Amino acid sequence: MSDPILSIRDLSVEFTTEDGIVHAVEGVSYDVGAGEVLGVVGESGSGKSVTVMTVLGLIPQPPGKVTNGEILYRGRDLLKLSSKELREVRGSEVAMIFQDPMTSLNPVLTVGEQIAEAIETHHPEMRSEAIEARTIELLDIVGVPFPEARFRQYPHEFSGGMRQRAMIAMAIANEPAVLVADEPTTALDVTIQAQIIEVLKKAEEETHAAIILITHDLGLIAELADRVVVMYAGRVVEIGDVETIFTAPRNPYTIGLMNSIPRVTGTDDLLVPIPGSPPSMISVPPGCAFHPRCFLSRGRDRCRAEVPELEDVSAGHLSRCHFVSELAGYDPGLAAAASHA
Amino acid sequence: MGDSFPETRVPDPRGAIPRPPVAEGPAAAVLEEPEAALAYETGVEVQSRSQWQYARRRFMRHRLAVVCLVLLVGIFLAGAFAPWVAPYAYDEIDLENASSPPTLDGFHIFGTDLIGRDYLSRVIFGIRTSAEVALIVAILATLIGVVIGGLAGYYSGQVDNALMRFTDLILTLPGLAVLLTAAALLGHGSPYRVAVIIALISWTYLARIIRGTFLALREKEYVEAAKAAGAGDLRIMVRHMLPNAIGPIVVAATLIVGLAILTESVLGFLGFGIQPPTPTLGKLIADGQGAGTGLWWLVTFPGLTIVLILLCVNFVGDGLRDALDPTQRRVRE
Repeated sequence: MSDPILSIRDLSVEFTTEDGIVHAVEGVSYDVGAGEVLGVVGESGSGKSVTVMTVLGLIPQPPGKVTNGEILYRGRDLLKLSSKELREVRGSEVAMIFQDPMTSLNPVLTVGEQIAEAIETHHPEMRSEAIEARTIELLDIVGVPFPEARFRQYPHEFSGGMRQRAMIAMAIANEPAVLVADEPTTALDVTIQAQIIEVLKKAEEETHAAIILITHDLGLIAELADRVVVMYAGRVVEIGDVETIFTAPRNPYTIGLMNSIPRVTGTDDLLVPIPGSPPSMISVPPGCAFHPRCFLSRGRDRCRAEVPELEDVSAGHLSRCHFVSELAGYDPGLAAAASHA
Repeated sequence: MGDSFPETRVPDPRGAIPRPPVAEGPAAAVLEEPEAALAYETGVEVQSRSQWQYARRRFMRHRLAVVCLVLLVGIFLAGAFAPWVAPYAYDEIDLENASSPPTLDGFHIFGTDLIGRDYLSRVIFGIRTSAEVALIVAILATLIGVVIGGLAGYYSGQVDNALMRFTDLILTLPGLAVLLTAAALLGHGSPYRVAVIIALISWTYLARIIRGTFLALREKEYVEAAKAAGAGDLRIMVRHMLPNAIGPIVVAATLIVGLAILTESVLGFLGFGIQPPTPTLGKLIADGQGAGTGLWWLVTFPGLTIVLILLCVNFVGDGLRDALDPTQRRVRE
């Protein structure tokens, strides 16, 4: 990996709720290299979205609170910026593609106006004709047909896929160095997902931005990511490059995820789910948060008593498990998927 | 591989993750050649309707509101062009026809008062004054209400608390008593001064509505998206949230028009409003009441005019709410 452009260091975020304090993110650290695609996977509530929302300063405070850590972007700690400095970073240095294109566009403004606004915010000196020309160019890049006509239309005149293209156009408008895509295909149907993946690849080529790709969809990770961060219960449990994660995962949770993927050529009808459900983030199990669902733990005391550290398995491959040595040699048989990436 | 994972191992995983078909099929073709896309795929040629066109259609379906709007526009236009519309000047004295009941003779259809002034003309001029006051109140109160409610809703927390407690304070003031005191202390001759005083206590209802609307809007994803794109607070409030709140604002402003006319009439009736010789609707009723019980038309016609205006304002407000905020509609179509 090249030098990290964005570096999250030991980040902890908690939310105060009526039921107690939710430790949404606990000591998360990962780096994003310039131009790389970093996939972040994990179940709902594992803290993957909260982590990147914190990067952009979009956590509502209160109830949210960053209790520890730093987020270094080109050497500057984003958590220490004033709100004005943060606004300058948002959208121009670090931009975000939201999950649901149906609700992320303002219904009363035309799509063109909204993309133009993203440019205008950071380039107030640009003339409006230049902004309009750039907006139409952006719509063309993301594959919106008839960009001149589409420029003047309202979001309700766009289909879901077209809206997500418009959202991507808005995100890449200022050629950001880091693009955060928070489940960009979750709200779309499968054929549109495929198109959006192509658009994301094109956006990456156009801007050479590093992409943090948050998703539940391991297929999307295999398709796009260079490296993968696996999160569980607010912690990073495994980091590695995409081939390693798919062919030699060294964490029971990652293995559980891999085994719950349907295989096209498989003859077995039943998928193997991870037993149980993710813990409530108010009362996370003591020790390793995954131990009640873990096939490796089998009631061993150490899993219950002690939070495992994120330790090196091999170069650039880290896993958080007391008994990682027992997993040596495991291969979930996903080589075909990983080789594509 | 050992026996470490007996429960979860998939016996013989042979396949790959299903990969979306990206490189082949019609989807890819559309991607590569946008020119080849047909109109029905892009939706460009479909006749599009703006939000306002939809709102207008919904409003037009509300018959009573349309009729009332026409009436209201007619009444206000008559007031605005009073010198040309009214058959007589409002202060034209004609002692030969004094205390005449409604009659077509000389076109005194609202009758005349004790000194023979034509009451139809005086009512029309009264509408002019009342409409003027109502317009100023509506604009001022909407402005204050939107600013206070908007700030409270957008920033929430402490700001919200402070602004809303202030709003509550204004709300708890006995309106009429404050108005009378203010009128007595500040003087009450000109319509503008009366309008400002009324505006200063009638923005509270609107502020509450706008606060609620903004509280809901600030949680919208497009507001978060605008924030993520680097937009500042002012831009988000004015450009992203205000246009989305325009429905409730218009409805509330309409109802404030009715409220202002009523309040002004009450002030006029009690003698604290706009001073003679300018006629106002409330003052006309007061004059008529002072003239004695025999001259019933002096009370009835200005009173009916107020009732008609208020009814129309309320029906138009109803129609606007149904048109601009379909979720609030009582009957679904």
